[in-house]
Amino acid sequence: MLAAPRDGATTSGEPQMALIDLANPTRFLALTQRLLPWLTAATLVVLAAGLYLSATAPDDYQQGATVKIMFLHVPSAWLAMAIWGLMSLAALGTLVWRHPLADVAGKAAVPIGAAFTLICLVTGSLWGRPTWGTYWVWDARLTSVLVLFIMYLAVMTLWRTIDDPSRAARAAAVLTLVGTINLPIIKFSVDWWNTLHQPASVLRAGGPTIDPSLLWPLLVMALAFLLMFITLHLAVMRNEILRRRVRTLSLMKAEAATA
Amino acid sequence: MTALSALMVRDLRLAVRVGGGALIGVLFFLIVVTLIPFAIGPDLNLLARIGPAILWLGALLASLLTLDRLLAADQEDGSLDLLLMGRAPLELAFATKAAAHWLATGLPLVVAAPLLGLLLNLDLPAIGAVMLTLLVGTPALTFIGLIGAALAAALRRGGLLLAVLVLPLTIPVLIFGVASTTAAVMGPVPFGTPFAILCALSLASLVIGPFAAALAIRHGLE
Amino acid sequence: MKLAARDLACRRGGRLVFDRLSFSVARGQGLIVTGRNGAGKSSLLRVVAGLLTPEGGELTVDGGDPELSLGEQCHYIGHQDAQKPSLTVLENLTFWTRFLDGEPNRINDALTATGLEDLAALPAGYLSAGQRRRLSLARLIAIPRPVWLLDEPTTALDVSAQEMLARLMAQHLDGGGLILAAVHGAIGLKHAQELRL
Repeated sequence: MLAAPRDGATTSGEPQMALIDLANPTRFLALTQRLLPWLTAATLVVLAAGLYLSATAPDDYQQGATVKIMFLHVPSAWLAMAIWGLMSLAALGTLVWRHPLADVAGKAAVPIGAAFTLICLVTGSLWGRPTWGTYWVWDARLTSVLVLFIMYLAVMTLWRTIDDPSRAARAAAVLTLVGTINLPIIKFSVDWWNTLHQPASVLRAGGPTIDPSLLWPLLVMALAFLLMFITLHLAVMRNEILRRRVRTLSLMKAEAATA
Repeated sequence: MTALSALMVRDLRLAVRVGGGALIGVLFFLIVVTLIPFAIGPDLNLLARIGPAILWLGALLASLLTLDRLLAADQEDGSLDLLLMGRAPLELAFATKAAAHWLATGLPLVVAAPLLGLLLNLDLPAIGAVMLTLLVGTPALTFIGLIGAALAAALRRGGLLLAVLVLPLTIPVLIFGVASTTAAVMGPVPFGTPFAILCALSLASLVIGPFAAALAIRHGLE
Repeated sequence: MKLAARDLACRRGGRLVFDRLSFSVARGQGLIVTGRNGAGKSSLLRVVAGLLTPEGGELTVDGGDPELSLGEQCHYIGHQDAQKPSLTVLENLTFWTRFLDGEPNRINDALTATGLEDLAALPAGYLSAGQRRRLSLARLIAIPRPVWLLDEPTTALDVSAQEMLARLMAQHLDGGGLILAAVHGAIGLKHAQELRL
């Protein structure tokens, strides 16, 4: 579609906050432009608080100070999974409800989700090194996260391969939904595979219950990561909308020049 | 800028801009390495012992499966015709394309190998040995694969045909690549012997590949 | 420079496309090749370009550069555009100019002459069929070569672009070049011989 972007101001000049109005890209850009500085500030404040709490939390009696990697590892795992959930909603939004910004939301979430998954893998690996003696074991949880990482990269690859945004959006949405169905199956298979090949020792990276003194830093860091995701997500969505506008304008320019 | 450097720059630009880019090869490499433990179990000692072989196989498959569009894309849009009408020898033009392909696709595999080696519980000397042998051996894979790419373009078929034609030719590279790595890690053969042969195979392929590819294209012309 | 063919025969896909074909084209002359679809017009141009080996007969070149083969002194504008959609218009033209030993300082003039100067920074994939054809023709300006082999060059061109092509061809012939063009209708090549296949 080569229609020029519509102007989004209402007659009263006051943008409404209903979800339906966010469907207008122009209004979305205006709204996020006002929100982003606040979100960035909030993210930095909560992140600073979380890092301070993590640094001052007591050491674990078994693992010493390395247990604090958990404050990065666990929230990034939560985000990695939550973001895939968000991508599934965006995929439904693209295919079923045809919300105009759904595919933009989906595309913007992918690299951020992949990054959180990578942080989870790397921190998990560094955490495991003192405990297991190696940087990696093929236990059920880590392996499932590795497969999730590969799925993220697969969706990213698909987005990059197709030039037309709406075709790419539909293909990526289908792949995301197939992934959503498959990930529990993969998790189940990996758990099963892990029971078939009993590891030499039972590996528990982290205690069975979390002491309250460790819980608060964890929750604050989780909140910080969530805010970080929201801020980055909105920023990436803005970039994607602007990128598509550049593309549309270029196509229009080429079409107009056929005189 | 000369004709061949213009061709190198163009191919590198295309590798970065088109489709999944060069990183799709690395992603495929990662997937192959991840699949192996699912098939044979997560025994870390076993994985460490056969790790170099897994990495070599993964790099080989990733190299070859990204090659089939190398010449077919140029043939489909008419660029191959113009490459033939340039004043640079066709053999050099193909060598340039293969070199660009190795820089964009083969070299990232070498860089990714250490991280994948960690997944397979390889220790540092083994990772170093794998990286060095892949660095020397992946050009051989690319230049031998060039022959298959030329045949696939000349015959206008792709996909598995290329793999079937080329994989047998890469067996010596695979043998000496894994042998050098194993020699470096545990011996008893000194590292230099299989490594020198691997280097020789690479150097030979730098010459044979472009000549065979040019022959295939000229004879397949319509 | 003079180009002559004697008893040229060509086989393609098992089928003998033409046989015992003879013609000659001298400096400043054009040859228009006509015939129905499948008669072998494209095949003839590809034989001259060196892209197809003739089954019989011979092609002789008088004059020209003795160090270069015939194909290396020809331009070939075929049905395909030899452009990469993800490279910009300028990048596409610059590449071919450099690869085919053209003159890089003529690139901007070539884009202006073909009316593409405003689109230079756009990806070639955004162009219409007519614009892509004009980009192919820009090669003729940026890269000087004596023999032009044009296979239905006016496809997708509008009237003003066809006039531009006619002017280009006239200039080329005035400068002592040769043109072989395969066409269905008229392309404004004056005083040209006709070869009917």
